[in-house]
Amino acid sequence: MENIFEYSFVIRSLLGALFASITAGLAGTYIVSRRLVFLSGGITHASFGGIGLGYYLGINPVVGAAVFGLGSALGMEYMSARGRMREDSAIGILWALGMAVGIIFIYLTPGYAPNLMSYLFGSILTVTNGDLVALGIISVVLIIYTALFYRTLLYISFDENYARTFTRHVDLFKYISVGLTGLAIVLNIRMAGVIMIIALLTIPANIIMLFTREYLRIIILSTVVSFVGISGGFAISWFTNLPTGATIVTVLVLFWVVARLAKSLRRTNRIEKMKYPL
Amino acid sequence: MSTLFSIESVTAAYETKVVLRDVTMAIEEKDFIGIIGPNGGGKTTLLKVILGLLKPVSGRVDYSPGDLKLNEIGYMPQVAQGDTLFPVTVEDVVLSGMMHSMGATGRMGRREKKHASEVMEELGLMALAHQALNELSGGQLQRVYLARAVSGSPRLLLLDEPATFVDTSFEADFYDKLKLLNNRMTIMMVSHDAGTISAWVKSFACVNGTIFYHPHSKITDEDLRLYGCPIQLVTHGDVPHVVLHKHN
Repeated sequence: MENIFEYSFVIRSLLGALFASITAGLAGTYIVSRRLVFLSGGITHASFGGIGLGYYLGINPVVGAAVFGLGSALGMEYMSARGRMREDSAIGILWALGMAVGIIFIYLTPGYAPNLMSYLFGSILTVTNGDLVALGIISVVLIIYTALFYRTLLYISFDENYARTFTRHVDLFKYISVGLTGLAIVLNIRMAGVIMIIALLTIPANIIMLFTREYLRIIILSTVVSFVGISGGFAISWFTNLPTGATIVTVLVLFWVVARLAKSLRRTNRIEKMKYPL
Repeated sequence: MSTLFSIESVTAAYETKVVLRDVTMAIEEKDFIGIIGPNGGGKTTLLKVILGLLKPVSGRVDYSPGDLKLNEIGYMPQVAQGDTLFPVTVEDVVLSGMMHSMGATGRMGRREKKHASEVMEELGLMALAHQALNELSGGQLQRVYLARAVSGSPRLLLLDEPATFVDTSFEADFYDKLKLLNNRMTIMMVSHDAGTISAWVKSFACVNGTIFYHPHSKITDEDLRLYGCPIQLVTHGDVPHVVLHKHN
């Protein structure tokens, strides 16, 4: 019986790692290249309000988080498109408001909030089958969306004003992209945690961007790096009993440091060769 | 020569600020128009109206005389707009000029890549095809954006300050390339430097709230004063240029 439990646990961890990697590869490349890292942090923390509300109402906190995450993602894209408010200030306010609302609702909820820490710091142990199915669905949707509209999405991200000369749907695509990104972020919260998730989305894409500037390559390779980092982080946290999210982030940052060193070594080599051609 | 398209009593505004007032002009096929005028005079706004990006408050652009389609217009915006740190290669940027004739699910196949190579070859970018934008010089970047604007084989090419970052020594080369392109397409080019471009353009349009079309490449200080176009004519020593005579 214990073996079966362990076996299914490994399968679930690997599946979770796979889906998280796909979302990190696709949404992460989008976020990093469009410089939406801070916005993504805002979405993540705003969705904590939904987690608190979920506890208070006795519904699945992930559903509450999804509503808050999607709402704040679309809201911030709308506000920045209208140019009515300084974007970083708007994000800062939403960021804190989400956390405040979450904490107030959890305080108001009678009794003890059992998995609260897992939402903040992430844990594979609390991931349910439902969470995995939702992550799987968002991964597939992201893959299809990106594959179908690859060029349009690439060019809108790169130069929105130019893209307006060839498609009338720039705003629609931006809302869909940011909405899917928001959902992808929220559905990863169980595993990586509100506080760590931003690293999951930014580090892999940044590692790959040290070596290539080709968008499609960045997506594919950062998915691979994420998978290695996340499953490695899982394994380490399993054997050492360290918190999952924190372990994954530390592993990914170590990867980044190694990549950075490798790059500067390669550069020095090249310069040496230029100095002494033979 | 026949008319490619015409601008008919166009008034354009941002929110409540009117930038262009009652502009009327017919653009001839294969013309090479230098658009000059003071800052805030509405040069870029005029291009946006022609591109269909800004809807005029009143009046319209009539594309019917030369049966011009919106997707037959190539556009090179002011270079400051692009994010050069964005992970995209030169080839990708050049390919984006062909999105006009495709839907949102457009694929870049072998045919498109071959055409992009031809354009890059023509503009001397072939060696840079797989470089990232942040590895390019200002002048190279400018040529990349020019390649993007022409890769869709447009009939009308709109250029907004295309030579701002081009090294002075490459400026003549850059305008020579434009002159070559002018054999196949009509060009409207916004510039702050009427003196330099007068050697290459066929005519001038001065935009200062409204428009004055000057059908020759020779334009004098006096003309400009007459048009209410307070810009200075600059002469450069090292760059090929024409010395302008005064109209009598």
